[in-house]
Formats: sequence, structure tokens, C-alpha cells
Amino acid sequence: MNTRQQSKLTHCWYGKPLGSDRKLRTSQYKGIVIISESSKTEIYIQLGDFILVEGVNADQPYVAQLVDLYEDGAQHKRAVVQWFCRLEEIPQNKRKLLKREISAQEVFFDQVLGYDTDIAAETIIKSIMVVPLHLGEELPIITLNKEPTFYVKQSWDGKCFKVLSPDTFSKLKEANKKRGVITNTSKAFIPSDILTPAKKEMESVVRSAAKPKKVDMEIESKHSSSKSSLAKERHSQRVANNDIKTPTARKKLELNSPTRSKGRLLGCEVLDLLDDDCDAIAPLQPSATKRKVKFTSEILGSPPKIPCSNKSTSSTSVTAEHHQSFSDTIRLSPCTEVKEFSDEDKDLREKDGIPSLGGYRKQSSQSPVLTPRSRRTCAQKTSALIAEQISMLDQEDFLSDSDSSYSSSSEEEEDDDVPCTPKKKTKSSRIFSTPKSSRNSAVHTPAKTLRKTPLKETPRTPRNATPEIPRRIQAAQEPASVLEEARLRLHVSAIPESLPCREEEFQDIYNFVESKLIDGTGGCMYISGVPGTGKTATVHEVIRCLQQAAENDELPPFQFVEINGMKLTDPHQAYVQILEFLTGQKVTATHAAVLLAKLFSTPGPKRKTTVLIVDELDLLWTRKQNVMYNLFDWPTQRHSKLIILAIANTMDLPERIMMNRVASRLGLTRMSFQPYTYKQLQQIVSSRLKGVKAFEEDAVQLVSRKVAALSGDARRCLDICRRATEICELSRQKRAPEMVRMAHVTEAIDEMFSSPYVSAIRNASLHEQIFLKAILAEFRRAGVEEATVQQIYHHHVALCRMEGLQSPTVSETMAICSRLGACRLLLMEASNKYLHMRVRLNLSQDDVMYALREE
Amino acid sequence: QHRHLLELLKRTTVHGESNSALIIGPRGSGKTALLNHVLKDLREMREVRENLLEDPFLPGLLQTNDKVALKEITRQLQLENVVGDKVFGSFAENLAFLLEALRKGSRTSSCPILFVLDEFDLFVHHKNQTLLYNLFDISQSAQTPVTVIGLTCRQDILELLEKRVKSRFSHRQIYVMNSFDFKQYIKMFKKQLSLPAEFPDEPFAQKWNNNVQHLSEDKTVQDVLQKLFHHSKDLHSLHLLLMLAVSAVTVHHPLLTAADLQEASRQHSTDSKANIVHGLSVLEICLIIAMKHLNEVYDGEPFNFQMVYNEFQKFIQRKAHSMYNFEKPVVMKAFEHLLQLELVQPLERPSVRAQREYLLMKLLLDSSQIMDALQVYPNCPTDVKQWAASSLSWL
Repeated sequence: MNTRQQSKLTHCWYGKPLGSDRKLRTSQYKGIVIISESSKTEIYIQLGDFILVEGVNADQPYVAQLVDLYEDGAQHKRAVVQWFCRLEEIPQNKRKLLKREISAQEVFFDQVLGYDTDIAAETIIKSIMVVPLHLGEELPIITLNKEPTFYVKQSWDGKCFKVLSPDTFSKLKEANKKRGVITNTSKAFIPSDILTPAKKEMESVVRSAAKPKKVDMEIESKHSSSKSSLAKERHSQRVANNDIKTPTARKKLELNSPTRSKGRLLGCEVLDLLDDDCDAIAPLQPSATKRKVKFTSEILGSPPKIPCSNKSTSSTSVTAEHHQSFSDTIRLSPCTEVKEFSDEDKDLREKDGIPSLGGYRKQSSQSPVLTPRSRRTCAQKTSALIAEQISMLDQEDFLSDSDSSYSSSSEEEEDDDVPCTPKKKTKSSRIFSTPKSSRNSAVHTPAKTLRKTPLKETPRTPRNATPEIPRRIQAAQEPASVLEEARLRLHVSAIPESLPCREEEFQDIYNFVESKLIDGTGGCMYISGVPGTGKTATVHEVIRCLQQAAENDELPPFQFVEINGMKLTDPHQAYVQILEFLTGQKVTATHAAVLLAKLFSTPGPKRKTTVLIVDELDLLWTRKQNVMYNLFDWPTQRHSKLIILAIANTMDLPERIMMNRVASRLGLTRMSFQPYTYKQLQQIVSSRLKGVKAFEEDAVQLVSRKVAALSGDARRCLDICRRATEICELSRQKRAPEMVRMAHVTEAIDEMFSSPYVSAIRNASLHEQIFLKAILAEFRRAGVEEATVQQIYHHHVALCRMEGLQSPTVSETMAICSRLGACRLLLMEASNKYLHMRVRLNLSQDDVMYALREE
Repeated sequence: QHRHLLELLKRTTVHGESNSALIIGPRGSGKTALLNHVLKDLREMREVRENLLEDPFLPGLLQTNDKVALKEITRQLQLENVVGDKVFGSFAENLAFLLEALRKGSRTSSCPILFVLDEFDLFVHHKNQTLLYNLFDISQSAQTPVTVIGLTCRQDILELLEKRVKSRFSHRQIYVMNSFDFKQYIKMFKKQLSLPAEFPDEPFAQKWNNNVQHLSEDKTVQDVLQKLFHHSKDLHSLHLLLMLAVSAVTVHHPLLTAADLQEASRQHSTDSKANIVHGLSVLEICLIIAMKHLNEVYDGEPFNFQMVYNEFQKFIQRKAHSMYNFEKPVVMKAFEHLLQLELVQPLERPSVRAQREYLLMKLLLDSSQIMDALQVYPNCPTDVKQWAASSLSWL
């Protein structure tokens, strides 16, 4: 998408060069103009602006701040940037260091040193906004702004996250402010001291209303409830006949409804109220105190309404939960949130003065008249508890005071219909005061996991569900005996700690990749060897070691991509898979090829080296060989940083099936894995069996020799050993546990290598045997190892006459013939030729003779 | 064999060990029966049942290519619900999806899967053997425990596998052979025919079973069975024979007799082509006899219609007394009828240019078949019979 867009963008300098360096023949500029031909718009970008830079993934361009612009000697427009990195760019294993959820719009101030900050100016796409925030602050959602906006809270230096240092913070802020003046963005970012308190108030409520996180819903509405006393009073005054609405609104505010939808409703309502009041705030201010009294009296009237309308929803737990989450949020972000809160409260106090508080006090002191005294004390106890909690968090006295008074009042209001003991109360508050891990997460996680793991029964699952085989109910049994243990270790899938007998190859590959990684260049290596000689295992081991080294910062980090020719349905699918590994995009094969070619041929600013393993290379062969050509062409590009390890079976694959231009690009770095010798096989088996006394030394040697003589396939060797343990186990039943002896191994070998033909012939029916004899006779007669059924049939009839058997009809003979053909004892032509079908033996005549003579 | 297979599957389910095996044996030797029996035994074991063994069964004749097979696997693994929402686009996505699903599991956590590939040899012919490679690869790596069992009748199956597929196969081959002798065959015959103990009409069941016992000792019945046994040890053919015999049983004829079996055996072993010859007209028979003579003269070389017609003309002129001299088009028509019955077969496709009379043909009957058919042919003129028997005398 962006690739097309980009092609129509023209970049030119804005204004005259600021200064130039004669020596380097560069000249600096203060801005750049991007002209888009399609829409005829011009985007003007200045130094210090935040920009999007074209990246690996077209849908997710990089975020950066423009630091410098210059034109170098070769007339190339260059730009120096300060990077920001997205969450996706941070390695998976480091993400958990964050310990919080990150929204898609959040970026990190990038302090990783490895990245190239000097980029081509042509890669700049457009300008954006990056807003610095304090750690605890929530992301505001700006709907009025068309431009995409990002938020930065922390910096990332490749190893850990840090809070933004004050000067970077202010620098970013400054950049924003400057930009704000230029582009006339929303006032939300103009420093707050310019604004009137009322406006600020509105802003915070707007923010609270739109806030996505539930936890914060409560605290914000809490604010607004205290503020709404101010707002509502006016509202009630202005809209005198709307009395019924006010108490319900108030009720909602105080209950701090736990459900999200309600919260949103509440937010909207408050927003409405405030919107109305904003205009009227100035004239109303002087008379605020007077109306306060009126308001409280109104409140006093409302309590009877609240309990009755509220019976279903209100419970102690509701409020208690609210307190809990409230304190949670406070704990989460003690320094910022609370400060903001207290600031606002101070503002409130300045505006309303003590009377507002007094109003609350009055209310709380008056409502107890309705309730028994004991309950009031319990409420006070809880409020004291909460106050204690909050004071622990170093809060200002005033805040805790108002908070506790608030909570007590709300609690008392609801306690009217829910009788409760002080004990329960304190208990609940104690429970809820447990640190943040608790309740919210506990409630939410089950639902989430349910949705994520697609059960069989669930009719609808999310689109990108990860498929899963159902869990087994019973745990797999652990190996009980020595033999079982040995069998487990001998399974091919068991990963040994080290790969014996491949140290040299390992070192070679390791050195190759390591040197390329350090140089930051690309390269190819071709690895060949017969199946089962440990090619893939060795390469994987190398990658594992390299990854470990990269994690320990001994090597530059790299990306690892693996494709297997056998696991692709079509050679062109290779592009799709590689692209998906690299960027997570899913596109068609042809588009993927274009994107990859672009990716590897253009200098990317933040690109890591990519190590690509191509297993079963020969299956990527196509008539035009364009897949292979591209694969091996990319590493030769200057900017690709691509290392390819190609694996295949045949040693001379490049010469045999590749065209010259492909083969030459593959280069001459080759390595071939020799089949294992019997000593190596022996070592492999014994290294796997280290510590388990299950095999006789001679038995292992026999297996190794046998396999080495045939193929040198380690898989085969392990399979035979495994089968031997099974045979041993079966025969063991009678006697005490024993080791795998020669006899068992021989049996296993016989089982695996025995030819089935002879026994198949011996177990065939009489006429089938006669038919085979007839074939032999006919072959001998004609001297050709091929005969038609008709000829054989004559011999067959003659043989039957000799044996004194009833001769079969032609149909029966045909049936016999086809049965033997199905077993592939015979090779036959297509059966529509009937009698003239030609037949040939699939095994040597001697074998047939041998098999038939025995009886 | 049974024990071997049982052990193998038990290890997969209980220990989560991956394996692959092939069951090889001729047709009708009970490969599928063996597998089903083992699976039944396996399900009766407590520990196995709890582990919820899944087994996609893939008949090779239905899964004509890997794409169909993959869809079938997802369906049988009941993953299609997950898939349901996805637009199941390409084969590649399918494969990736399934591989991912299988890769997720580990030895100890996910429940073992048993893949049964019936007619394994047909899977071998799929392009690149992708499915087999992937299945074997899973069974050789630390992923979801799977057991791949292939059923095939081809003895040379291993030679058909590609080298890397072969390397990943764990080379367990279980051979199933028909190694029983005639006594066991008779026993099987009795067992097949006997009524089970839970049959509702008990006195009849007893009578029937006595009869079966009696039959099995009868000489003629044993002869019939012996003949069948010599032809094939395949149990399917025994079933077929018994089915034919039992279908003769009616209310009035409640018990099976030896004659029934003999009749069935006769039906079972009749020659299909000879049967067709029975229904031909005299002219067509004459043409076939002419072809037979031509075959003898030219030692199996192909002939064309003109040669057959000439031969027929010779016969008419010299020997025939009862035969009417047919016009050439009539003879041609009869010849084409034979062609349609596939008693003769053209060597090459009929082309527009070649005249029909000169198209080269081959006879698909053996002379013995012709003679047999003539023996039983009703109202066959004697001169035709003589001509058939003694061709060379007048040439």
C-alpha cells in the first residue's frame, strides 16, 4: 500500500540551506516539503518534527523524530533522526520486562546504539505527533485530530525500559509545543497553566470519559463525583424541572458502577453536564457557595429514592470493590495520578471553598439519622481503615479526608438496605486492600483464556485462533524401567545435549555465520549430505548457540527464519513464509516476492541481519528457477544483510539442476556431511545411552556396523536400537530384567531388512504358486523375461495336468494374476489387454525358485 | 503380529512416544481386521481410554491428493470449528495450519493421535509425498505424539518412498500373511456358516449348526472347498462362495446341502468370456472360429476383417451345407458386434483414414475357451463344429 503511495511522493527542500560544510560538501536545511502528486497536497516538515519512516513492514512504518536534514556531496537528501520503537520491534522475550499492557499507539524512546540514524530523506512518509506522557498517565484519545498520534512514556535501550529522563521529556514536550503552534493542533496539548481551571477540569473529564481501562474508570468518576457537586448544582439550578434526573445521575456517580457500559454512560453524562456548564461557569462562580446548600438539601431528599431503585445492584461488594480498585490505581501510579487528583481537588477547594466539603459533611452527618448508630460506627471504621491505607501511600491529608468522608457517606447510603456486621466489613476491605495482582485480573483472565483456547465445542472462535490438539486427560507415563528410559532416549526426537561426531562441521558453520554477522554482510552456504546425517540438527544447534551469544551481547542480534521445501505446497510459497516470519504480513506469493525484493535491495535503517535456513532446497526447483535465483541473489545485494544456509541431499545439486546464473550466485561455500561411519554411529548411540545400562557393547557395535554398511543413516540406527529394546522387553517377561543382547539386535535387524517376497510366495495359494512356476517355465522357453498371460496360461494348464489338479478357467487365471500383481510380485500392463497382457517378475527368478522349492 | 501392534499403540498412548509402522499383506489377509481388533482391545484398556485416542482414518482411494487428505484430517480431528471462521483459502494455508496445530503439542501434554492411512501405496503417488513427509517428520520430532499406520498390499512399498521420507519412517513393518492350511480353512468355513448362540430360534439354530458340522465332513463339500482353497486363500472369496450358496436357502429348503455349494462353486468359477460366447449367433461363432484358425496359422499375429471374411468364405464354399452365404455387409455387422463385446480388440485406435476392413485386430479368446463354449452351445450345426475341431485338414 505504502509502496505505491511512496512512489508518487516528491521530496524537496524547504527554504535556503542554513549552513553548509565546505569540507564535507554538505548543506543543511531546516525543513523539507513532501509533495504528493496524487492528492496535490504538500506536507511541510521541520526539524524537530515527528515523522513516519518507511520500514520493513509497509503497514507499520517506523516512528522517529527529525534531528537534522542535509544534502550530501552526491546530491542525496539525507536526514538524521532519533528513533522511537514500537512494541513489535522489541524482542518477544524482552517484552515481559514491561509488566504492563501496551496500547498500539505507544512507542518507546529508542536508545539502542546499533541502529543507523542517518537515513535517506526519501523514506520519510509524513509527519505525526508523538506526545510524551508520565509513566502512570493514561493515553488520551484525541478524536479531533486527523493525524496519527503516538505516545511515549519510557525509553528502551536494548536491554531494559527506563522512565524518560526529565530533559528528554521536556525536549519532546517542547518539540510538541512548537509544533502545536505551527499546525494549530488541539488545545489539549497546550500547557495547562494557560487554561482556566474550568477548562482543565473539562479536559480531565473528557479524558476520563473516554478512557479505555476499567480500573481507571472508577477513579475518574470519583473525581467527577466530587466535581459534579459543583456541576450538578448548577445544572439542577438551571434545569429546575429536571430534578428526577439529577439524583439518578448522582446515584450512578456514587455507586461507581462496576460495569463498563454503565461507566461509559456515566462519563457521557458528566461530559454533557460539564459541556453545558462550561459556558456558564464564569457567571456562576460567585454564587457557588450559596447554591451548595440547596444542592445538599436536594440530596437529602433523594436518599429514599436511591435505595429503592437500587436494590438489585447495590451491595456492599460493589462499593467495596470500587474502593479496592481505587486504591489499586493509586498504588499503581502513586506519584502522578494522585498528584493530579490532589491538584484538581485543590482547585476545587479554591473554587468552592470549604462549603463543598461542608456540604458533604453535612450530608454524611444527616443521613445517619436514618440509620442505626452501630452501622454508622462500622462505616466510620472502614473509612478509617481506608484512610489509613491511603495515608500509607503518602497522600495529602485533605484528600484522604474527603475520600473517607465520601466513602463513608456512600456506604451508609447503601447500607440502608443491606445489613452487615462490622466484622464482615473490615474483612472485605482487608481483602480488597491486597496488592494489585488480585481481583480484577482474576475476574478477567478466565474469560480471556476461554476465548483464546478454542475448545471443540465452542461454535465460534476468534479469527486468528491458534489451533490446538486437545490436551490429554491423563499425564503421559514416565518411563518405569531401564529399557523404557533407554527407548525414550533413543527416539529420534529426543534432543541430545551435544551432537557427537559433528563437531567439525558445527564449527565450520558457526564460524561462517558468525563472521558474516559481525561484518554485517550477506552470504550463502550450501550443505549437502544423505538423509539422516544430522544436517538439520547441526544447523539448528548452530543457530541456538548463536542466539545465545546474541542474547549475551557477544554478537549483534539477528533474525532467524526457517523454511522447508517439503512443507511448502508450492515453491513460490517460500516468499510468503519468509515475509510472514519477518514482518507478520500475509500476502500473495507474487506480492510477497516484490516486497521481499524491495526489502533486501534497499538500505533499511533499522534492519537486523537475517539468517535464513532453506531445508530441502531441491524442492524449490521450478522451471524458470526464479525462486532459487531470487533467494541466492538477495545476499549479494549490498544492503541485504541476509545469510542463507541451504540444505539438500545431493552434493552436486548446484551443477545438476541449477542454471549457471543460479549456481554462480550460490557461491562456493559448500559443505558436505559424510555418512556416519560405524564408529561414529556407535558413539552416537552410546552418548545417548550415557548413564543407562541397557545395551551390551557388542550389540551396539553390531547395529552400527550393519547400518554404516548400508546407509550411514543415524535415524535408522536409532530405530533399530529402539526396536531391539522392545523385543528385549517382550522376551524379558519370564526372566529378570536384562540388557539388550546380540540376539535381540539381530532379530530387530532381520525384521527391518528382511525381504518379504519369499515369505509372501510361500504363503500364497497353490494355484498362485503354480502360476509362478508357469511363468518361470515360459521364461525359460522363450528366453525373454516377459510373457503374455495367454502363453503362461498354456503352461499353467499343462502343469495342472501334471499335478492332477483341475485346471482353472481363464477368468480364474486372470484373478490369480491380478492378485499377484497387487502384491507386486508381478509387474503387469494395464489390464484391458486381457489375454495379451504382458507380465514380468518383480524379483529374480532364483528367488522364486528358492521359495517354491522348499515345499 | 497382534501383540506387536498392540504394544506399539499402547506405547504411543501411554508413554506418548511417536511411531510409524506399515502393515503389509496381500488382499483379504485381514490387515484392516487386525488393526480394528487391536484398536478395540486398546479402547478396552482403562488408561488408554482416558487418554482419548484420536484416529483419523484416511482411505487412499478417497484422498486423491494431499489437499483433500488435509481437509479430511482437519475434519476428523474436529478442528474445523476453529477453522470455520477462517476463509479456508489455499492448500498452503491449510498445511501450515495443520502443522502448527500439531507442533503445538509436546510429548507429555497433548493427546496422542493415530493416523491410519489405508491403501498407503496411493499416498505415495501424491506430489512430492508432502503429506507423508510431514506426518513422518512429526513422528520423528518432539511434537504431538502421533502414530502413523499405513495399510498396503504392496510388498515393494518401501522402494516407492522418497529417500528422505524413507529415512524418517521408522521401518516397522508388520507382515500379515495367509499362512493357514486347509484344516484351518475348514474350521473357518464352519465358523462362518454357524449360527451364533444368541440366535432367537434356538432349535433351528441347533439344527442348522448340526447340518453345517455335517457338511464340513462331507466329501463333495470338502472337494469344493479344496478347489477354492487352491485358487486363493483370500477369505473374501470364501465369503462370496458361501453367500451364493446361502442365497439358495428358502422356507421350503431350510438347510444348506452339498449340492447348493457345488452349484455355487460352479457359478463362482465360470469363465466370463466363455459365457458371452454362449449368447452369440451362429454367424458370429463362425467368425470367431475363423479368427481362431487365423491365429493358429499366423501364430498369434494380428488380423483384419478382410482376412476373417476370406476365411469364412472358404468355409462356406467348401464345407458348409447348412450355412447361408451372407452378404459382406451382414458379416461386417456381425464382426462389429464382436468388437463391441470386446471379444476382439483393435491394436490401435480406429482412425478416419484407415478403412474398417483393414484395421488390425486381435482375438481376446483362447482356443480352449472357444472349444469349451462350442461344447455347450445349443443347436450348433455339426459342420461348424467339425470346422472348429479340424481346421488344418482342408487348408
